Amino acid sequence: MVTFYRRLPRFDYLAPKTLDEALSLLSQHKGKAQLIAGGTDIVPQLKGRLVKTPQYIIDLKAIPGLDYIRHDKARGLAIGALATIKSVIDSPVVGEKFSVLAQAAGNMASPQVRNRGTIAGNICNAVPSADSAPALLVLEANLKLVSPGGERTVNIDEFFTGPNRTVLADDEILVEIQLPTPPPKSKGAFLKLGPRKAMDLAIVGVAVLVVPESGKCKDIRIALEAVAPTPIRARQAEAVLREQMFDEKPIAKAAQTAASEAKPISDHRASAQYRREMVEVLVKRAIEQALRS
Amino acid sequence: MKAIRFSVNGKHYDITVPPHRTLLEVIREELGLTGTKEGCGVGECGACTVIMDGKTVNSCLVLAAEADGKEITTIEGLAQGDRLHPIQQAFIDHGGFQCGFCTPGMIMSAKALLDANPRPSEEEIRKGISGNFCRCTGYTKIIESIKAAAKNMEAKP
Repeated sequence: MVTFYRRLPRFDYLAPKTLDEALSLLSQHKGKAQLIAGGTDIVPQLKGRLVKTPQYIIDLKAIPGLDYIRHDKARGLAIGALATIKSVIDSPVVGEKFSVLAQAAGNMASPQVRNRGTIAGNICNAVPSADSAPALLVLEANLKLVSPGGERTVNIDEFFTGPNRTVLADDEILVEIQLPTPPPKSKGAFLKLGPRKAMDLAIVGVAVLVVPESGKCKDIRIALEAVAPTPIRARQAEAVLREQMFDEKPIAKAAQTAASEAKPISDHRASAQYRREMVEVLVKRAIEQALRS
Repeated sequence: MKAIRFSVNGKHYDITVPPHRTLLEVIREELGLTGTKEGCGVGECGACTVIMDGKTVNSCLVLAAEADGKEITTIEGLAQGDRLHPIQQAFIDHGGFQCGFCTPGMIMSAKALLDANPRPSEEEIRKGISGNFCRCTGYTKIIESIKAAAKNMEAKP
């Protein structure tokens, strides 16, 4: 029998006021604490008893100055751990220079969840269908992870290790997402397939970043969500198209290659076969849409 | 227990809550404001939508402890005495509900939308209420109600 819980299990709530305090609480309660930013993923997981109930919830929101979205020409974009999905959508510089991320953020969940949830939280939750992940993969995001021992930077391509799993250590906090300025004249597109236009998980999600040069593919990056244990780059498909003309045949070949790189599962949302076929359709469509934009 | 201080519909509260209580539970059970509904309880349906510091949130996903220092508006905070808020009135005039369970959340989302964008297009209205599910009447009458409310609010600001 399935037990249907409506209430949260018991835990203690800590709201550190500085990052140092948060780090020391996290290592003090190593393995017994769960960080939250917006909490929009964690709260349902706790209510459903889908994860082990932590002894402590450490809420990062009381730490001032972590909700920034900063841009400078040399370093690119920096998104603080507490920047909400909504603030990313509303940021003019994201819309102008990192439009694939703005498109992805605009497709996430609902207005209520976007007001609360963060991009950092979305990738730390690390579901295969994380909507911000393909955009961050094609933008080649670097993630700044801080622990009491120091800090390190991990490329998003090496961040996910499996469903709900990342390289984040027990005592580490993702504090910043860094996006280098995309190549000049690059254009991006994000497409998400699902039965509903909002408030749904993707059956397949695709982000592409194309760098066209007089009809030729100078560079291309393709990333997929919900079709493998983690969000992935489709590097073989990229290689197929790189240095080719952006013509029907090479695009179709790249789309087929991306479909063969996907490792989808069958579940109640879609069969593996359907997902794979939709990767081909959406990659082609996303490339065409990016080129038209 | 966790001491929190917040304002709901302009009234200040100083209360202590267990850390695992949600804002929704506190609003309904401690404050007795049962206009805000619990639907799914996991942030999918929007029945529990309230406005916190000017933004809509699913109160079932917010810990009461996280509402410390915040200003919250629930459906009970919209009417002025006996005079309904224009959005509430429009839902009545245009039949924007059947069972009414989604209505408080729907109206809170509509209010946040119209506060930010007094003249939304139909597409913007649809997006504005995309986190609120109605399981009986469908959305046509709800959208008509919000359009009418926008019109009335513009005529009589």
